[in-house]
Amino acid sequence: MTAQVRGLRQDGAAGMAALLEIRGARRSFATPEGGRVTALDGVDLDVGANEFVTLLGPSGCGKTTLLRAISGFEALDAGTIRLDGQDVAPLPPFRRPVNTVFQSYALFGHMSVARNVGFALEVRGVPRAERDRAVAEALEKVGLAGFGARRPAQLSGGQRQRVALARALIARPRLLLLDEPLSALDRGLRQQMQIELKTLQHGLGIAFVFVTHDQEEALTMSDRIVVMRAGRVEQTGTPREIYRRPRTRFVAEFVGETNLFETVVERIEGSQARLRTPEGLAFTAPARGLAPGARATLVLRPADFSLGAAGAGIAGRVERAVYLGQDLHLLVRPEAGGPAIRVTVRDGAAAPEPGAKVSLVHDADAAHLLEEAE
Amino acid sequence: MSRRRERAVLALLLAPVTLYLGVFFLVPLATIVVFSFLTPGLYGGVEWSFYHWNYGRIFGWADGITEVFEPVYLRILGRSLGFAALTVAICLVLCYPVAFWVSRLPERWRALFLFLVTLPFFSSLIVRLYAWLLILRPSGLLGEGLMALGLRSTPLELLYTPVAVVLGMVYVMIPFMFLPLFAAIDTLDRAQVEAALDLGATRTQAFLKVVLPQTLPGIAGGAVIVFIPSVGNFIVPDILGGARGLMVGNLVEQQFLAARNWPFGSALSVIIMTVVLTVLLVFVARLRARGA
Repeated sequence: MTAQVRGLRQDGAAGMAALLEIRGARRSFATPEGGRVTALDGVDLDVGANEFVTLLGPSGCGKTTLLRAISGFEALDAGTIRLDGQDVAPLPPFRRPVNTVFQSYALFGHMSVARNVGFALEVRGVPRAERDRAVAEALEKVGLAGFGARRPAQLSGGQRQRVALARALIARPRLLLLDEPLSALDRGLRQQMQIELKTLQHGLGIAFVFVTHDQEEALTMSDRIVVMRAGRVEQTGTPREIYRRPRTRFVAEFVGETNLFETVVERIEGSQARLRTPEGLAFTAPARGLAPGARATLVLRPADFSLGAAGAGIAGRVERAVYLGQDLHLLVRPEAGGPAIRVTVRDGAAAPEPGAKVSLVHDADAAHLLEEAE
Repeated sequence: MSRRRERAVLALLLAPVTLYLGVFFLVPLATIVVFSFLTPGLYGGVEWSFYHWNYGRIFGWADGITEVFEPVYLRILGRSLGFAALTVAICLVLCYPVAFWVSRLPERWRALFLFLVTLPFFSSLIVRLYAWLLILRPSGLLGEGLMALGLRSTPLELLYTPVAVVLGMVYVMIPFMFLPLFAAIDTLDRAQVEAALDLGATRTQAFLKVVLPQTLPGIAGGAVIVFIPSVGNFIVPDILGGARGLMVGNLVEQQFLAARNWPFGSALSVIIMTVVLTVLLVFVARLRARGA
């Protein structure tokens, strides 16, 4: 089964055709050992004209192959890619109205920053004066005015990143592809660039397709996240949907820290279901059509738990406490047995030490059940 | 370590090579320059008196009594430069695409291919050139082969022609062109080629604006390393060249060994060195100007 993605309708832009439409994309590669590995196994994807879509997944999930198929560096074995309704399969990379920011930036080392940025105009034969004006404007926009005469080697990582961005945007593509562009930056700079990228995308009014394996990056920037796994789309949704309502165990575990409990429905009380694990831990979750006796996988994020009064909720002992400034990460081993539970609480005077006995209560409204039966 | 001590150690480390090159390179070089201005002895050797006719014979001042101007020397010098330039050009055209191909091979095959490129160094140049002789002579492999295939009705007259000399020199020089080219092409960032295409450059534009400029150091290195020994080469024309393929290196050899006119041979050598050095300096200066 392939996951159908109807992003525009979800985002309330119904009636407008998608800028990018991918249907049934398939691609496999020969391995050196003589076998074949499937990089894309029937992917569908729609991207709206001013949408920030992130392809999120572990390495080898096919996200980079999908990106390269859009830019024209990989051909599909089957399936279609349409841009503005037009099939791009016959177009070589240089004829596609799509530009890319490469992971390594791929700046031309033998050219000045200005010539790098103006390259797309240079190869189109845009006159020198016009080009210089556009380059100055583009450098200004990414905060690098006055850096035109330098060589890429004389810039810092963050500055190179901006040059790559300015270079990819100067030809005003309808769609910008970004292949893990922030992975080489240190943490502070990465967070700053995340905000800048989002602001830039919004201001330019063009679509971004952003590839990353960093779930935090995906949550921060995206209008919509496409979680990929083994060449398939596992789930598509807004960052909140992906985080709060993961459909599968894979999504729940890949995006953010999580606690998963295999439970059986004991009884339904109004809109709430009482669940119990084999070890005897009791939970409450929204009922949503569950029947007593059904098996359900429960998702609770570390922040969905809080410390309750003694005797209430799940009794356990703190195995490990990690201090993170405002927050405290606890690993709590339930006394009834079963895997340790990850809990995030605000740090304060009453913060428990390792070895302390605690009881955990959880927010029943935040509890989420996976769709797939396990 | 103190500054003085550092210098002492450096001097100690540099002394052997300085001494070696001083004795075995600079002294012979100076000898040749000095000899080129001396009078040839009647039965070989030199007489220690200034004599400019060595150069007069070549460049056109001659009194017609002591020495006669012979334009053939300039012609042969020109031919040598032409052959060397042609060798560089053919080696470049042959090696460039192959270097690209090899740089894309899996590691295992690459190592094998690089070994194959250096394989000729494992046997004597003379032996390999005699093998070419067997291939090129009218009754040789090439001639008989073409006739057997019905492509020619008369034996191929390749041996002892300029074509044979250039063929032979290209053969000898290919590894010297290939290795620096490969080094430059192998370190080329492929993502940059993709970036160029992505930004709208056609394949030709991507090659001219991104690939070629970045592999220029390899091209320059290969060209220099092939050009210098090619200009003065005398073994290849000696074995494959005959009279029409004679190069300036053969003249030098003849003057020193057969004619026993060391001053004249020295004058020819000095001219080769000057020409090669000039070509090199102009070439490097141009490359620098481009790079800046």
